[in-house]
Amino acid sequence: MTTAVATRELTMSEALNEALREEMRRDDGVFLIGEDIGRHGGLFKVTDGLLAEFGAARVIDSPISEAGISGAGVGAALVGARPVVELQISDFITLTIDQVVNHAAKWRYMSGGQVSVPFVIRGPISNGIGMAAQHSQSLESWFVHTPGLIVVMPATPHDAKGLLKAAIREDNPVVFLEKRLLYARKGPVPESEYVIALGTADVKREGDDVTVVAAGATVPLALQAARQLAREGVELEVIDVRTLKPLDADTIAESIAKTGRLVVVNEGPLTGGYASEVVARMVEAVGIDAFRSTPVRVAAKDTPIPYATALEREVLPTVDDLVAAVKAMTAER
Amino acid sequence: MAVSAVPRTEQLELSLLQMQRIRAFEAKAMELFQEKLIRGSVHPYTGMEAIAVGVCSALGEHDYITSTHRGHGHSIAKGLDLKLMMAEITGRATGYCGGKGGSMHITAMRHGMLGADAIVAGSLAIATGAAYALRLQGKDAVVVSFFGDGASNQGIFHESANLASVLAAPVIYVCENNQWAISTPFQDAVNVPDVAVRANGYGFPGVVVDGNDFFAVREAAERAVARARAGDGPTLIEAKSYRITPHSAATPNDNRPPEELDLWRARDPIVRFAEALVEQQLVSAERVAEIEAEAVREVEEATEFALASPYPDPEAAVTDVYAPGEWNADGRLR
Repeated sequence: MTTAVATRELTMSEALNEALREEMRRDDGVFLIGEDIGRHGGLFKVTDGLLAEFGAARVIDSPISEAGISGAGVGAALVGARPVVELQISDFITLTIDQVVNHAAKWRYMSGGQVSVPFVIRGPISNGIGMAAQHSQSLESWFVHTPGLIVVMPATPHDAKGLLKAAIREDNPVVFLEKRLLYARKGPVPESEYVIALGTADVKREGDDVTVVAAGATVPLALQAARQLAREGVELEVIDVRTLKPLDADTIAESIAKTGRLVVVNEGPLTGGYASEVVARMVEAVGIDAFRSTPVRVAAKDTPIPYATALEREVLPTVDDLVAAVKAMTAER
Repeated sequence: MAVSAVPRTEQLELSLLQMQRIRAFEAKAMELFQEKLIRGSVHPYTGMEAIAVGVCSALGEHDYITSTHRGHGHSIAKGLDLKLMMAEITGRATGYCGGKGGSMHITAMRHGMLGADAIVAGSLAIATGAAYALRLQGKDAVVVSFFGDGASNQGIFHESANLASVLAAPVIYVCENNQWAISTPFQDAVNVPDVAVRANGYGFPGVVVDGNDFFAVREAAERAVARARAGDGPTLIEAKSYRITPHSAATPNDNRPPEELDLWRARDPIVRFAEALVEQQLVSAERVAEIEAEAVREVEEATEFALASPYPDPEAAVTDVYAPGEWNADGRLR
């Protein structure tokens, strides 16, 4: 990431808020709908102050009605609006999966390309804080598995802003997943306007020994593991895919060509998860001979997310899990 | 509320022609299914023609509709081209959706046909959001969402109705109560006599009309359209009718009482409409016969066009997954 531009420190919530505000100023067709996003400014303040600037017609405090509001978003998109639907917690997408999977994702295809669906559905993954099994899921692999969708998961305030702006301008439906624990984290955000192209990964740390592919919350986790392993002489290259689908496989392939080792870390359950897809995809892309050791997945255990701290820590992937995986891999001959 | 007087003769003739087109189109589609020229299924609209045509006759070209798995009638009533419809349902490259949608997913944006949705009740929310967005854009267009009595038991019906009401969205919900959800009678699935009363729970008018009476349907639609355009919000129209065919071409067995079918055949909406036009001396009996022949001829021509059309290039299977730009069909960067 270049740092030549003037920046200031913003939280991810503030950065997302700026993205929404700028896009709403830029395009009258952008409107927001969700629960408690107006008067309350969103439970995590992502929409703070937008009601005052844009009014109730464009910042809609909706009934508790996930299927209704996201279906309405799809319909609005069909006639040229650019809706941004907020899910208070991303797990609630289960209440409207029909509208996302059977409608948003397929309408263009079923119509033979007559329509586009510029629709963003966004919300937080709320794991790691004891919210238990119905408020803590990482469901991204379901949407990666659905043709027609784009899936985005930012890790930094900088990326969150640039990616959300791109998602709003995108003519295809975007599932935009934010990590609740990252909302309050600060990071540098350029003063001037910018957009980050969807489908582009970012090398968050360079290293010669092992390629670690991460997104969202697993990016800071991987960076922490990298700092720890560096003290032992193992250098991780941390690739933040930012957009889970489409995947910027070229950036990962370049890194594997250098390191010959791949770990994919993901907070969803291991089986049928995103890490499996990336490993399979990269083995096909670069060939098994490009690897000096077997590619590895570090993911959550195949359980619902439990409540108690000790239990949740046991299920979610940790820095220690990643460090152990890397050590096992670098010990291989 | 402003409701126009009896429509002009040309309009009435067009409505009769559209009803006859639907009747002829569905008969032909069932035939083509038997001949294995149509895949999947066909859900005929036969017997319900007055609803689609009555409602769409109250709409302008800039208004929109959404439809269902039983959607051919809505498309024809909204002015879609029979040739491109028949090509679509016979899986040809020249069809509205290039053969990607088929019978249950005909879409024609240039006619304000937002799409047919084969998830029961699925498009109610889409219609609601489209209506709201059109209002946000400062347009005076309205959106009609057609659905069946079975759909009124889906959660999305209730969510959409509530949302449309609080947003005052210019949407008209047209419930085609054909009494049966495949094999389940309405009274076994709904414990109130009319779907229309459900509107009361959401704070907007619900009206019951005879769905086999073109004039009754049209008048109810005109009132609902005027209300929506005025910014007063949604209306639920429940049009009582009956499908005088089995549920679909793929499910020919029918457990409905034969005497009930006979009763509804005797209430045929096309016969009733034609008789009324002749009685009121608006259209001559000869012209009525001509219109029927014209519809049959148009459907024959549409079929010839469709069957002479090429099948899609297999490579087209991976196009239109994403809007043009940077993505391949499998969501990879080009």
